[in-house]
Amino acid sequence: MTATARRGDRVYRLATGACAASIPMLLAFIAWVLATAAWPAFARFGAGFLTTGTWDPVRDAYAVGPALLGTLVTAGLALAVAAPLAVAVAVYSAELAPRVLRTPLAFLIDLLAGIPSVVYGLWGIGVVVPALRDDVGPFLRGTLHLGGLPLFAGPSFGPSVLAGAAVLATMILPFVAAVTREVLLAVPRAQREAAFALGATRWETVIDVVLPYARGGVIGAVMLGLGRALGETIAVALVIGGQHAFASSLLAPGYTLASLAANEFAEASDELHVAALMAAAATLFALTLVVNAVARWLVGRVARRGEAT
Amino acid sequence: MRLPPWLAVVLALIAACGGDGGRDGGTPAVLTGAGATFPFPLYSRWIAEYQARTGVRINYQSIGSGGGVRQLSAGTVDFGATDVPMTPRERAALGGRRVLHVPMVLGAVAVTYNLPTVPRPLRLSGEVMADLFLGRIARWNDPRLAALNPGVALPAADVLIVHRADGSGSTYILTDYLSAVSAEWAAGPSRGKDVRWPVGAGAKGADGVAGLVKATPGAVGYVEAGYARQHGLPAAELRNRDGAFVAPSAESISAAALGIPAASVGTEQPSLVNAPGAASYPMASFTWLLLDPARARRGATRALVDFVRWALHDGTPVAVALGYAPVPAAVAARVDATLAALRASTAPGSAARGALPREGGA
Amino acid sequence: MSAGGIAPSVDTARDAARITRRARRRRRSRFMTAITATATALALVPLVSIVAYLLARGGRALTPTFFTHAPAAAGQAGGGIANAIAGTLLLAAMASALGVPLGIGAGLYLAERRGTRRAATVRYLADVLAGVPSVVFGIAAWQLLVRPVGHFSALAGGLALGALAIPLVARATEAVLHLTPSSLTDAALALGFPRWRTALTVVLRGALPGVATAALIAVARVAGETAPLLFTAFGNQYWSLRPDQPIAALPLQVFSYAMSPDDGWRRQAYGGAVVLVALVALLTLAGRVARRRA
Repeated sequence: MTATARRGDRVYRLATGACAASIPMLLAFIAWVLATAAWPAFARFGAGFLTTGTWDPVRDAYAVGPALLGTLVTAGLALAVAAPLAVAVAVYSAELAPRVLRTPLAFLIDLLAGIPSVVYGLWGIGVVVPALRDDVGPFLRGTLHLGGLPLFAGPSFGPSVLAGAAVLATMILPFVAAVTREVLLAVPRAQREAAFALGATRWETVIDVVLPYARGGVIGAVMLGLGRALGETIAVALVIGGQHAFASSLLAPGYTLASLAANEFAEASDELHVAALMAAAATLFALTLVVNAVARWLVGRVARRGEAT
Repeated sequence: MRLPPWLAVVLALIAACGGDGGRDGGTPAVLTGAGATFPFPLYSRWIAEYQARTGVRINYQSIGSGGGVRQLSAGTVDFGATDVPMTPRERAALGGRRVLHVPMVLGAVAVTYNLPTVPRPLRLSGEVMADLFLGRIARWNDPRLAALNPGVALPAADVLIVHRADGSGSTYILTDYLSAVSAEWAAGPSRGKDVRWPVGAGAKGADGVAGLVKATPGAVGYVEAGYARQHGLPAAELRNRDGAFVAPSAESISAAALGIPAASVGTEQPSLVNAPGAASYPMASFTWLLLDPARARRGATRALVDFVRWALHDGTPVAVALGYAPVPAAVAARVDATLAALRASTAPGSAARGALPREGGA
Repeated sequence: MSAGGIAPSVDTARDAARITRRARRRRRSRFMTAITATATALALVPLVSIVAYLLARGGRALTPTFFTHAPAAAGQAGGGIANAIAGTLLLAAMASALGVPLGIGAGLYLAERRGTRRAATVRYLADVLAGVPSVVFGIAAWQLLVRPVGHFSALAGGLALGALAIPLVARATEAVLHLTPSSLTDAALALGFPRWRTALTVVLRGALPGVATAALIAVARVAGETAPLLFTAFGNQYWSLRPDQPIAALPLQVFSYAMSPDDGWRRQAYGGAVVLVALVALLTLAGRVARRRA
């Protein structure tokens, strides 16, 4: 290799290394901003901040227990519904759909994935919340007689944890589907052709060859979706009802950490209030760290079982 | 590498629009302000008219009262706007600077409800309202409500309280009033932009509250009076301090301001809730413009004072047309005097950034 | 598609079994195709619902004035969102300038160093960064770029959005690069191509369609964010494209007007939302075209 080539390589390595380094640097900066701003709240309330639920700005009492729970519930529900559907959609649009449909479908899914959260939020208040209040709530409680269950107890006013989960699911589905589709499409054609040559049906090719080959990427896509679900602010803030209370019913209004910060940050001018909101954001930050670590560990298990990583 | 066409367009645009063109060396080209949502439509009209007359441009964004206070304290805007006066703690965080609260216009909070069988406006008293919001009155046909509304067939339906999920000046005014009329409320949720609601559902924005109330029979909530009027929402008549039942209107709101003699400009902001006067509406409030002369940009204080004085003198017709209650003339006169003094201390060439009037004189 | 079976069989019972199995498998394949097709149709319903709803509430605002004028005051006719559209485009450009190169560079790093602990850490951190609520990026940018300087600026907004985009572009790039077959890369390296040249001319070019689409989706997504802009770009009712001044942006305008007490403004909010969706559609389409070209 010539000297120029070696130098070029060194530059290249440095450049990509620097790009990659921007991520931990950004993260460190954000963590520092959050930590310094949130410190007064944690210092004052301690661990009770995370487990109790009294949020009283007038009395200087703040705790994010209900919001933390709400974050987990909405994100979990949304992902549980959206992830399998997203993979199904990706599989269809990348592998099973008639060729002429594939490009339009890809375009529509990408479009949905790119629609801003404020638009989803407006649609949420205008369509999802009334639907929950007028149709879904009475349906669940009346027709399906689920009203007795604590999960669906209480009147259904519309803004609720369920509304938040529904809007979240609608948002992350196309996002996960779009990334998954790209991953599926990047699986080398040779793999598929080999499967066909052996007599596999379209479906069998997908389920036995393509998906396993792309498993790592698919899980990555789902995790990106999870990240978005945990951190989604504006859309959820508009439909979740803003209630600081431990409610067991999905039909009751609730809160998530991110939407709490969004809802109250604009109006909060008291230092302790702002610190409490930053502490909520810091909690979410820590939660994301933990959830991603767990997910990464799971991926590691899957990868070690011998896939083409 | 060839420039993608969109990038070329953008770069050209940037180059074309460079240079904001400073005005005379003394005044900033664009003044920035941030704060309350309630007066936003009015300010936008005032700003447009003022620009047509003088060419001064003002960029106002409604990020919320608290945001206005915060940005002004941090020095990132030229003025703030708030429906809620700064708290002692917020003032302490200013590091010795004093922020001037200039009353610009009056607003009020209306209690709106969904009772299709009630033909006339519902009548409420302060104590009964407090009981409603505390959750002590569970059904509409409660004797206390019936006593206030003789001859009206109140349904046996459940009461659903709707409050704001986001912090808001309306919440402050309502809770300020409830704290004034109910010792239990003052000891409990008390007053604030955001309080701990004993009962009820939260909706985001006045739109959210109005929508939820409209869609739920038996619901009762609160919105800005102007909003209620604009949308034809039913508004309850409240019993004021003098015992009369008053509906929110420009006259009754302005009357509340006249009831408080100390209403003026300065760092003291008396509350207007439960104001005396037979015609006063009990849940009225000023909305303030916040000025920070000690930290202002060169020429900003002067320019803003000119704008505010114009608005208080000549902006009244626009305010009325948009459904706001103007500051009463007596109050406006006192405000004007203080602002004139402030302006005089910022004469061009003078090194002073603007001296605030002494406390107690304002 | 080749027929099932490799060697001819003389056993008719076994043939019959094989044919039944094949038919069953084909049926299953068609059935699963139908299922996934239904899932796809279901996933597209919100798109129809959203567009219909936005048009119903904001269609009336979509006049020519709307697209050519800056906002008017409340109650006055003739306002528009032209400055917000321009602002969003500028912010998207700034965000791309920061986010796309850094993201692709990081993606290259991750794809090449796969398996190393450092890469695993960076990948994990990228996922965490992607999960940070967008409002936090705005707050951090406010601390760093607005507060010290004493005023809001378009640049602060653009950088906040760019930072938001980096992990998205990086992860998506890595996912696509990783699945590019190594045969081409190996061949190039064997021929003596230095690593950097291989990466830029072979690996990237092969993966360009996927990477371009991913980058465009990421930029389209961050361009629609409101929260980071609330405390950085701030918003501006006047025409301004200066990077050191507050700037209007479509999501900001939509949000601000939607929450405002004025009916005309609220209608414009929904009209603005329609324009936002149209812009996203355009960017997405551009992504498709870039893909076709490569």
